[in-house]
This record gives sequence, C-alpha cells and structure tokens, in this order.
Amino acid sequence: MREELHPYGLEIVTVALDTAGGDAARPFVEKAAPRHPSLLDQAHSVDAAFGVVNVPNGVWIDEHGMIVRPAEPAFPGRNPVTAKFREMSLDGLPDDVADMLREVKKFRTDPDGYVAMVRDWVTRGSESPYALGPEAVIERSQPRSLDTARAAAHFELGQHFHRGGDHGRAVVHWREAHRLQPENWTYKRQAWNFEDPVRQGPTDVYDSCWIADVKRFGAENYYPPVVP
Amino acid sequence: MILEQLETSAAEFERATGWALKREGACKGTVCVPLPPRVHAGSPGNERVDVEAVAGRLGMPLVHDDVAGVWALGPESAITGRALTTAAAPDLELPDFDGNPFRLSSLLGQKVLLVSWASW
Repeated sequence: MREELHPYGLEIVTVALDTAGGDAARPFVEKAAPRHPSLLDQAHSVDAAFGVVNVPNGVWIDEHGMIVRPAEPAFPGRNPVTAKFREMSLDGLPDDVADMLREVKKFRTDPDGYVAMVRDWVTRGSESPYALGPEAVIERSQPRSLDTARAAAHFELGQHFHRGGDHGRAVVHWREAHRLQPENWTYKRQAWNFEDPVRQGPTDVYDSCWIADVKRFGAENYYPPVVP
Repeated sequence: MILEQLETSAAEFERATGWALKREGACKGTVCVPLPPRVHAGSPGNERVDVEAVAGRLGMPLVHDDVAGVWALGPESAITGRALTTAAAPDLELPDFDGNPFRLSSLLGQKVLLVSWASW
C-alpha cells in the first residue's frame, strides 16, 4: 500500500511497541526492509499520546498535522499471519493451542475495507467521508477517566522499574495498570509477554492471561469494527 | 512523566506532557486552561513548575511509589474526558532502529498513517 500511495502524498510511519527494546521487532523490520520511517517506542508513549489500546492500530494525520482519524484497529494490507491462522485446522493441536486458535478465528478484521478507506482519503483529502473533523476525532478517541490516566501513570512506573532492573517492582505497578484499565491490551500483553512469551498463558504473577481475557471480553470485540 | 520531586522546569514539563505553560495558562494545541497564580515562577527561560498544582487543574494523576520515593504523572483526564484533548497531533519523537531520532513533525505537508504494532 505504501508504494502505491506514497506518490500521491501518503507516508506510513510504523511504531513498534516493546519495553524490552528493539531486538524482538528487529527481525520483522529487517525482513520487511521498509522504505518508510520505522520507529521503536520502548516507553509505549503512543498509548497515552493517541489512546492506543491494542495493536495493530492506525492514526491518520493530515498535511497540517491535524489528526483526522483517532487510534483504531488498522490493517494496512492483508496480514499473512492472520490469514494463515484462519486457514489452519485445529486437528492434532495441543488443547491450549487449539483453544487460542479457535478464538483468533473469531476476530473480525477487514483489511481490504481499511485499505479502501485510506485510498479514498489520499485521493480526496478532506472531502473523503472517512476524514473526520476535530470534534469527531476527539469524541471518537478512547475514553479517559481519572482511573485510565492513573493506569498510564502505573504503567510508566512499571517501565521505570523494569528498565532499572527491578522487575518485581514493575509487576506491582503493571498489575495496578491492568486493574485500572482492563480494556488496554497493550499494557496486558506487554506484561504477560515477559512471563510467558509463547502463549501469554496463566502464571502466578498476574490474575489473568491472554486466552482468559479474550474469552472474558469476547473475541469478536478484540478488534472493534472500524466505524466509517 | 517520572519525577523525583514535585517541581520541574517548564521546558521539561512541556516535553513530557505536551502542555506548554504560557501567560494564558497551560496550553496544548488550541486548548488553553487558566492556571492559579504562582503555579510557575522563576526567570524567563528558567521557569519552575509546581507540578501538583498543574496536575490538579488538568486532572493528571500523581502516583507515588513509596518504596523508591518517585512519582509518575499521568496524562490529563479533566478536559475532554477522552484520550485526545485536541485534534492537533502531538509532536512525537522516537528513535528508528538505528537509534536516530525521528520527529513526526518532519512529515508536515504529507498525509501520515501512523501504525502501531508489536512483535508480542
């Protein structure tokens, strides 16, 4: 999509969220060899700055630096991993893996629809019905109560202690961030990943895990449908 | 924003929170919130900010870690009640994978699709 739309004035900027640094994301970046800016966000600063609560997520910013669509599930092109999961058979898989895959198959995503929206915006600019005015942009951004803001502060304290080598103290604050903003998947997945990078499964460290929370919130809500 | 004391410089406060402290109050994009007097003091260019007073006005939580004695200042919650206070995009600065800093504002004049992703 980038190569198609860049000549018409679109730039893509990718931001990899990873507290642990760039090593985990680097192989993906090197394989993709992007020509667009590819950035690393160790602090998860896009969470508080834009209201990102899950990945992949997209924000549209116009030529004047104004946000015209706030953070929402974004699939800029078909995702080969998701496509592969959809086609995979559950037969012969270990029970816990089959359980995860069964939920992933329920995710609702529409990469073709999303790309069509981006294409329309790049072609028609502010005339595109998908480019929203400033009031709608703010209104459609994630809700932020005082508790949600407190979750961000606890997540940041966790980052501070983890970077300083005190992972145990980080966990105390990450648990609190999860309690205060349970709908923020990036806070949860990042933390769970340190304990179980393969399945983000149940541990003694956190009260929940990926599969339990996907079932609790409903797999069909994992990526809320993009409202045109 | 991690703080060891509840006072910081106006420049550091703006860098970390996106809120600039001006004569008319705390400003982000087109939004300005009047502040009580004496919230920031000091000579021009070296202004000190009373973090607790600004935080209270903008609905920014101050969370204290009793063990390490540090605070974290969370984002504002009292202006719009949403993640965005203004539609003006924050001027994010992040490193690329070679460690070179990149500013979002360097792309002014182009449309930008900012995509967040993760390997986990």
